[in-house]
Amino acid sequence: MIAVELIKMLRRPRTWLIVGMLIALPTLVAVLLAVTDLGPRPGTGPPFLSAVLSDGTLFPLAALGVVLPLLLPIAVAVLGGDAIAGESETGTLRYLLVRPVGRTHLLLAKLVTVVAFVLLAVLIVAAVSYAEGRLLLGQAPATGTVSLSGSTLSQQELVWRTALALGYVIISMLGVAAVALFFSTMTRSSIGAALGTVGLLVTSTVLIGLDAASALHPFLPTRYWLAFVDLFRDPILWRDVLRGLAVQLGYLAVFTLAAWANFNTKDIDD
Amino acid sequence: MTGAAMTNGQVIRTQGLTKRYGDLRAVDAVDLDVRTGDVYGFLGANGSGKTTTLRMLLGLVLPTSGEAEVLGRPMPAARQSVLPRIGSLVESPGAYPHLSGPANLALLDATGSDRSPRQLRNSRIAATLDQVGLNPTDRRPVRAYSQGMRQRLGLAAALLRQPALLILDEPTNGLDPQGIQEIRQLLLRLNDAGTTIFLSSHLLAEVEQMCTRVGVLDNGRLIVQEQLDILLQPTGLVAVRTFETHRSATLLGSSIVSVDGDRLLVRAEDPARLNAYLVSEGVRVDEIGPYRRTLEQVILDAGVQA
Repeated sequence: MIAVELIKMLRRPRTWLIVGMLIALPTLVAVLLAVTDLGPRPGTGPPFLSAVLSDGTLFPLAALGVVLPLLLPIAVAVLGGDAIAGESETGTLRYLLVRPVGRTHLLLAKLVTVVAFVLLAVLIVAAVSYAEGRLLLGQAPATGTVSLSGSTLSQQELVWRTALALGYVIISMLGVAAVALFFSTMTRSSIGAALGTVGLLVTSTVLIGLDAASALHPFLPTRYWLAFVDLFRDPILWRDVLRGLAVQLGYLAVFTLAAWANFNTKDIDD
Repeated sequence: MTGAAMTNGQVIRTQGLTKRYGDLRAVDAVDLDVRTGDVYGFLGANGSGKTTTLRMLLGLVLPTSGEAEVLGRPMPAARQSVLPRIGSLVESPGAYPHLSGPANLALLDATGSDRSPRQLRNSRIAATLDQVGLNPTDRRPVRAYSQGMRQRLGLAAALLRQPALLILDEPTNGLDPQGIQEIRQLLLRLNDAGTTIFLSSHLLAEVEQMCTRVGVLDNGRLIVQEQLDILLQPTGLVAVRTFETHRSATLLGSSIVSVDGDRLLVRAEDPARLNAYLVSEGVRVDEIGPYRRTLEQVILDAGVQA
């Protein structure tokens, strides 16, 4: 079932449209930076953007920092929201269930597929932006990349820290995927499910900017998204990364369970 | 055919099957009895609860109360073993619009527990498409299909695994008259080959032509369930058409059941003898013959609430 869902995802034109959008934004940023040579001042703007002018090898991280706050979660919300509701809309959900595909099994396959999409999208964005960084932006200093703490990172260190960062970004999307999947079992409208998910993320972002909500901050799904930046400090600052992991796994567990409970007892009467 | 279904010949059996939505009883204590080899016509107006009943048989909708047994096993508890032997088409056919018909079937066929080799599956898909009158090499996306073609594709999905039981919701929906004829022939051939068919319809003529057994649902209640030939058997009445209704009524007296314009219903064993009698009395008979109820009349007589 997982294989079938993966094939469905890969054969869907929409998947590649979304990946295209995810590549387009960092590409635009790279071109603008290369042409104008005007980076944000250090410490402002998206992470790593000021550093890439002198070191293009950091551009994959800058690219992820650009797509992570908005484009990537919206893409995940769209795919996750479509998972069950979309099958309802095309009238294919009942076909699957009478094959029979177990409801738990279907839900699991859908979740795995959304995560696979995130993996695919993140790797493609990283690969494309790496090429762009090397071609358009600054060459790395011969001594190696400078970490955010000012120390120098060896090539090898840079590679595994980047891999860690990619992994962290993928995990950051688990919560969104689970929430979207849950909404997708609640409604017949995939757009409704996606909007509900985006609404939750917007709420989370607004609350993070509100001091009165500081008690809630550690539990907000978007709170630790950009913590992957801390992986490039020397030594690595694990605190927020680990909290981010815990929050994502918490959302994943709660909303996947809710989706499962709802879907397994639901009358399929669309 | 296994165990229970074999011994009592029942393919679908429900007892007190009920689905309530709030105060609304969409399906109300339905006792279905479908036997091996039946072409069972499940009739009822739109909104009478047909589709909800079908969905409960397939485990898509969970009953509020009552029991359902399909192919001798309880549903929805035994759906993993029962559903692979059922082909179904519930409401409008569904398909992924950006993929071709064969690609849709291939995706569907790759799901579930079946692990047949790809080559076997492909030839099975081609054969099934051929069966329902679709071209297996048609690469157009389903988006470009006509309503009739979608309906055929939906039927193909139901037939893919040569099921022992077909549960079809309005199978000829959206087809043109020729298509209806083709699909009807196909279903009858499958039935001849041993497939039990349970089909819902609101088309009385279709059911009258195809079915061996009929159930009528009205506001969620099963008000008729009987062999079609029993329902339509001679009524012991003779229909007479004549302009001399008054004279005939005087002659026949209490045998007259009803008079409607120039049409009389007369209780009589033998139309020929009745004819001879009327003619010998000088009554001019325009038309005479045994009176059979139409299915429509049967349903009206059963007291369907409009």
